[in-house]
Amino acid sequence: MSKLYSGAEIVFKCLEDQGVEFVFGYPGGAVLPIYDELKNFSFLKHILVRHEQGAGHAAEGYARSSGKPGVLIVTSGPGATNAVTALTDAYMDSVPLVCISGQVPTHLIGTDAFQECDTTGITRPCTKHNWLVKDINELEKTIHKAFEVATTGRPGPVLVDIPKDVQFQKTSYTKFVKQKKLNGKVHNQFSQNDIDELIKLMNKASKPIFYTGGGVINSGPKASELLRELVNTTGFPITTTLQGLGSYPGEDSQFLGMLGMHGSYEANNAMHDCDLMINIGARFDDRITGKIDEFSPKSKKVHIDIDPSSINKNVKVDLPIIGDVAEVIASTIKTIKKTKPNFAKSNKQKISKWWEKIQKWRSINSFDFVNSTETIKPQYAVQRLYELTKNKDTYITTEVGQHQMWAAQHYKFDKPNRWMTSGGLGTMGYGLPAAVGVQVAHPKKLVIDIAGEASVLMTMQEMSTAVQYSLPIKIFILNNEYMGMVRQWQELLHDKNYSESYTAALPDFVKLAEAYGCVGIRATRPEELDDKIIEMINTDRPVIFDCLVDKEENCFPMIPSGKPHNQMLLGPNDKKGKKITGKGKTLV
Amino acid sequence: MTRSRSAYSVPGRQGKFDTHIIVVWVDNETGVLARVVGLFSGRGYNIESLAVAEIDSKLNISRITIVTTGTPQVIEQIKLQLKKLVPVHKVADFRREDKNVIFKEMALFKVVGNNFKKEKALKACKKYNPVILDKTKKSYVIQITALRREIMLLHQLKLNPYLLDQLTILGVCFPKHL
Repeated sequence: MSKLYSGAEIVFKCLEDQGVEFVFGYPGGAVLPIYDELKNFSFLKHILVRHEQGAGHAAEGYARSSGKPGVLIVTSGPGATNAVTALTDAYMDSVPLVCISGQVPTHLIGTDAFQECDTTGITRPCTKHNWLVKDINELEKTIHKAFEVATTGRPGPVLVDIPKDVQFQKTSYTKFVKQKKLNGKVHNQFSQNDIDELIKLMNKASKPIFYTGGGVINSGPKASELLRELVNTTGFPITTTLQGLGSYPGEDSQFLGMLGMHGSYEANNAMHDCDLMINIGARFDDRITGKIDEFSPKSKKVHIDIDPSSINKNVKVDLPIIGDVAEVIASTIKTIKKTKPNFAKSNKQKISKWWEKIQKWRSINSFDFVNSTETIKPQYAVQRLYELTKNKDTYITTEVGQHQMWAAQHYKFDKPNRWMTSGGLGTMGYGLPAAVGVQVAHPKKLVIDIAGEASVLMTMQEMSTAVQYSLPIKIFILNNEYMGMVRQWQELLHDKNYSESYTAALPDFVKLAEAYGCVGIRATRPEELDDKIIEMINTDRPVIFDCLVDKEENCFPMIPSGKPHNQMLLGPNDKKGKKITGKGKTLV
Repeated sequence: MTRSRSAYSVPGRQGKFDTHIIVVWVDNETGVLARVVGLFSGRGYNIESLAVAEIDSKLNISRITIVTTGTPQVIEQIKLQLKKLVPVHKVADFRREDKNVIFKEMALFKVVGNNFKKEKALKACKKYNPVILDKTKKSYVIQITALRREIMLLHQLKLNPYLLDQLTILGVCFPKHL
């Protein structure tokens, strides 16, 4: 007779067989049996967070920077509800998470027991799938299935709810052998015909553009390499979404920068005027498309995605190709090489006019800003941060708001998995705990959270986690004392009625850093910025960097609401001045 | 046109709505109906009628039949989103006008009155194979199967004088070749 294991032990056996090394969590009544077993499984390191939302975002940061699923353990009731924001965030941004939650004992379910909530009911709309395990014999199968669902196809969060009595019950455990990545075979629904069709369109196009997204990153580092090869082979311009940054080198000449609401002028205009749009692993999000009816009216649209439900959801496309991005690109490159070895050369002439047009848009230099010698401009701070860290293989996380857009505009990424930001859900407070998770996955690397002072206060307590595990994360706060993006919208669209967007009482971030047991640095003048940033980089402990920036800077360029891509607002530096002037701003 | 002050785009043109019958084969497990129905409510799809029952006790499969309306794009999304749910095995889609589908709804009426009235009500239902499920001195419960519009017509015009305000409708759809 084989050895019997308790439900709690089986949880760890499963994690071991899945190759999990780190778990983020917070103990509580309904998961105590699991925490009781923790000491017996040395393969696993538990990171104790300060709030379950932090556990979720840390697991997201871990997953996005390492390509492995993030795991978190939370207790029943408030533990599970606190994790909901992070689960929803992971669902929107396709991050593989496995959340193990405790539940009240089976016989108490439905009685409004202490710390009971309908966890599977609450998390149903924000997970790919969830399970309530009422039978100990189902536990092993369920957890392994949970990992499979989280990591295959379009990745996402899952939740396994385990009642306390099931954690105590015993059964046998069969060793699980992880199958090779199923992703490709199961999800590839494309044929060689689709690829041929794509190449035919590419041949015909005179104004083509690649529009790539987070799907390229999710498909693995190989996909980014292949994308570079494809872009170089074709000579087409490429723009990426917020989540796609890093899939293509940010300083390459074929790269037009990020597109969308605060994307570059050249990327958005090229999207509007192109005759062939090749969407690779992006989802036509509303921040990207602007007004749908006028979105890229003259183009043939190709959509490569692993998720069939992403096709034709927001924008009708002409050629859908359903499959793993890496494999679709690989087949495309292979076919081009076989059938048209001189593709780039023969194509160069055809798209040269297109490139001329793009260069004209580019010359507007839409990310430009008016620098100052008096105050630190937030864009300047990000630029300096980039210049001083670009040779270090730096990992960047962000919170949500103006600073996030400035980071996306001015920090250039060379490799995938280096940029972690909350795009879909837009969760303020994401960046700090995410940085914790990134640093756990990459203990020797430089990890910086480019933050706003309002966002970072939402999950500031996780500094305590960073200190406990000696995770030298750097919190680079662009402090303008406003919820900057809220203030910007109020300025432009609500007649400067700055309703509740100013934080009249902020903590002293340097003292706060000291209170947490880490290092606080403050920069107030542009000339001292470089030295302070270098000081931050050289500090081998967690740092909170309070960078006092211009309080009223706005994030440009931007596509105003309800407008198509070719009607962008440029910043105050716009020389023609026809798009936006002091008065024009308020008329947006 | 008033200028938009929203961070979101304005709604685009809306297409024509069609009625479709979506049939979903699912694992018969706890919460599966909530997953399917939650998908509809969460994404703002319509449900006009819903029927669910176990159809294979060995394989533990249930069939959910949903009558819904939407633009062709929405109907396509409904099918694709349903297919993504883990317990969903198969999704089929039929137009209400489709000749290859038997689309019937069962209705139960309770009619109240003297013998004359009861018989008159029964006669009005004759076309739709009425079955009397319950008989008392004063009332009949009549079961018919018919199309929705026939049922509504019957209910509103012909049976109205005799009707106790009780009506149940259950929709079913059965593809002929599947």
